[in-house]
Amino acid sequence: MAGWRRWLLSAVLVPLVSVICGFAVGAIAIVAAGADPLMAYSALFAGAFTNHNALAETLVSTTPYVLLGLAVAIGFRAGLFNIGAEGQFYIGSLSGVFVAYSIRGLPGIVEVPLAMIAGMLGGALWASIAGALKARFGAHEVITTIMLNYVSFLVASYLVDTPGLMLARNVSTPRTPDIDAGAVLPNLIPGSRLHLGFVLALLAVPIVWFLIERTTIGFRLRAVGFNQNAARAAGMSVGRTIVLTMALSGALAGAAGIVQILGVNFHMTDTVAAGYGFDAIAVALLARSNPWGVLPAALLFGALHNGASFMQLETQVSADLISIVQASVIIFVAAPAIVGWLFRLRRAPTETVAITQREVDAPTT
Amino acid sequence: MRANDGVDLDVSWRQVHALLGENGAGKSTLMNIVYGLLRPDSGEILFDGKPVDLHSPLDAIRLGIGMVHQHFMLIPPLTVAENIVLGHEVANRGVMDLTESSHKVEQLSERFGLQVDPRERIAELSVGLQQRVEILKALYRGARLLILDEPTAVLTPQEIEGLFTIVRALVAEGKAVIFITHKLAEVSEVADVITVMRRGRVVGTTTPKESKSADLARMMVGRTVLLRVEKSPAKPGAQVLKVDNLVVLDDRRHVAVDNLSLDVRVGEIFGVAGVEGNGQNELIDALMGLRSIRAGKVQVDGREISNLSTHARLKGGLGLIPPDRHRMGVVLELSVADNLVLDDFDHPPFARWLVRQFNAIRDYAVKLIKTFDIRLQSPDQPVGSLSGGNQQKLVVARQLGTLPKLLIAGQPTRGVDVGSIEFIHRQIVSERDRGLAVLLVSSELDEVLSLSDRIGVLYRGRIVAVLDAEGADRDRIGLLMAGAS
Repeated sequence: MAGWRRWLLSAVLVPLVSVICGFAVGAIAIVAAGADPLMAYSALFAGAFTNHNALAETLVSTTPYVLLGLAVAIGFRAGLFNIGAEGQFYIGSLSGVFVAYSIRGLPGIVEVPLAMIAGMLGGALWASIAGALKARFGAHEVITTIMLNYVSFLVASYLVDTPGLMLARNVSTPRTPDIDAGAVLPNLIPGSRLHLGFVLALLAVPIVWFLIERTTIGFRLRAVGFNQNAARAAGMSVGRTIVLTMALSGALAGAAGIVQILGVNFHMTDTVAAGYGFDAIAVALLARSNPWGVLPAALLFGALHNGASFMQLETQVSADLISIVQASVIIFVAAPAIVGWLFRLRRAPTETVAITQREVDAPTT
Repeated sequence: MRANDGVDLDVSWRQVHALLGENGAGKSTLMNIVYGLLRPDSGEILFDGKPVDLHSPLDAIRLGIGMVHQHFMLIPPLTVAENIVLGHEVANRGVMDLTESSHKVEQLSERFGLQVDPRERIAELSVGLQQRVEILKALYRGARLLILDEPTAVLTPQEIEGLFTIVRALVAEGKAVIFITHKLAEVSEVADVITVMRRGRVVGTTTPKESKSADLARMMVGRTVLLRVEKSPAKPGAQVLKVDNLVVLDDRRHVAVDNLSLDVRVGEIFGVAGVEGNGQNELIDALMGLRSIRAGKVQVDGREISNLSTHARLKGGLGLIPPDRHRMGVVLELSVADNLVLDDFDHPPFARWLVRQFNAIRDYAVKLIKTFDIRLQSPDQPVGSLSGGNQQKLVVARQLGTLPKLLIAGQPTRGVDVGSIEFIHRQIVSERDRGLAVLLVSSELDEVLSLSDRIGVLYRGRIVAVLDAEGADRDRIGLLMAGAS
């Protein structure tokens, strides 16, 4: 029972209270800016959920957050802090879009998987570089993935901006050619942009969960994440596990990239990701690295992302406010002691009773 | 959890007060309260007859309470004098006066007979000398009550004698010493008063005259304890492990195992005695493929294994009880069942293709839990929630469960209660009788003496002598452990 309650506290209560606290901090900022937080937040809600097509648009933004959140979360489970999801998203988009505009006239059932595989492979290989550097030389993945982010941005703009490489002909702003019609992810709701990628992201959740919790790969990954020395002494190859985990993480980030291309953008410019990969770190933290937790966390970030512009339009509260909310949510999640402290304050009376009872019991034992 | 429950303890000046109890009996918790590291939920502490309220070690130090922790709190690259004056530096307008510091330290060490060169770097000192520095540090801060937490764990028998002399000198000067230990022999030798703790409570207070070792053991454990391992003479067979001129470097790339040779045969326990830090961990790592070897040969059943991975060695019949359970033996966050298959999880019956087979894992776990008497609520609970003794039984169960032909047992009973020690020793002996070859590496000399059939003494990475355990002379081994030839 106690274990169950502790799980509830750490997996549900802490994130939930953190979100509420994050909105409270945001409200203070809104008041400081001279606006009404209630009006701002109701506009945010309307922009995210109740306006025409708002829910569909929120789910469109949720899709990359789910895949990227899973990417970061799987790294966390092996004790790896993959800050390079953004870069892997770029490389996945690049390799995927190349396949998607190069192939012509095949049915969707062939073209979509081909492009997806190319995108995931690109992300996986890119992330493996950081994994291999860590496994072989002990280079910390935080440093290497950050550095690889810059490399990937520059590689992307070089390829996209250079005639004869990936630059499309006769376009005013640099971008790749459009993908083949067969590679476009089908629309789910006519009149909206919601596409099949959302379903793919939903499917990824149980798959990643199964991988982590039910397979030998996941077991290895968790053992290495918890205690490398014990894993090594038990005959596991820590280096191989690190490379494999980074590859899996990169594959998910690459999938996010190519899904975004096949479902939303249909070509690639050099600013396609717009920080999704960095927000995904927050998503994974809020989800406490649990694949199922990634879903609601991604939905929250998707809603904030999508509702912000309507809020700005309606109430003149800057859309940047959501950055304040996101940041404070993460501070509260990262410091669960704050939430625990808030709850102890409220539970103080019950605790006293328990102590009295124990002291009465003591002499009889 | 109540680590201390209604504890009363009276310590007088000019006395060595031994606090005796098993691991987890609450000795360290009690002393951390006295030293201001933990706050009691109820009760009071009187010092010099006055109630005191200790919020931090700073308060304790101000009152004259000093503590020498089991793991030393010294900064290795700094000198003895610098370490001792740390936090109370002698300085002139912000510039440290090192001559004056050294001088003060010299005066102090002369007064108490604690010889140590103040200009020496801590990193260059032996463990015994480092402990002296810790004691000097406490005295420098004006300690009148000195708490020594398991001070003998890292010392040779001769260094232990030296420590006892120091403790007696301190008491003669009018100070009080609290001596925390789980070793019965030491208590009788050094203590004036003995308080025995069990499960967070004081079982009783006595003196060495009133209570003999066997009585103390019974108080400590709550029942009669076998102080010796019962075993029949070994019937050694063919050679299993043969190590020739092994050289292994430590993490700082210094030679830790230096031309070491030994062999272990079927059905025998070869004990490696030695003070901690003489190459034990590096030897074990090298034998298991966790550390590369610089030179030499390691053969199992006549086959060279130096190039095999840890995985291949485990599959080839090696078993390992790692010397540091929490660091290498278990994954505290994973369940008991997961830990029981930690080195054997990726093939049938525990996995089919890549999918783990939880029913098979659970059945196997339940079987081992029963055979090895691991006390728990459920095989699904995390290992971190088990007691130290049960965690160690789990490690032993995992290794013996795979029926190895060679067991490398590093500190197999460290941090384990007496009941579990007896159980683990019996398991190792009964596996020996069934033909297991055991390489026991322990810094508890008593464990090596009572469990081994042959004893190799390890000093600075070399086996300096091999003796028959039957009739082995404790003092002679102690001298060999200290480097005497």
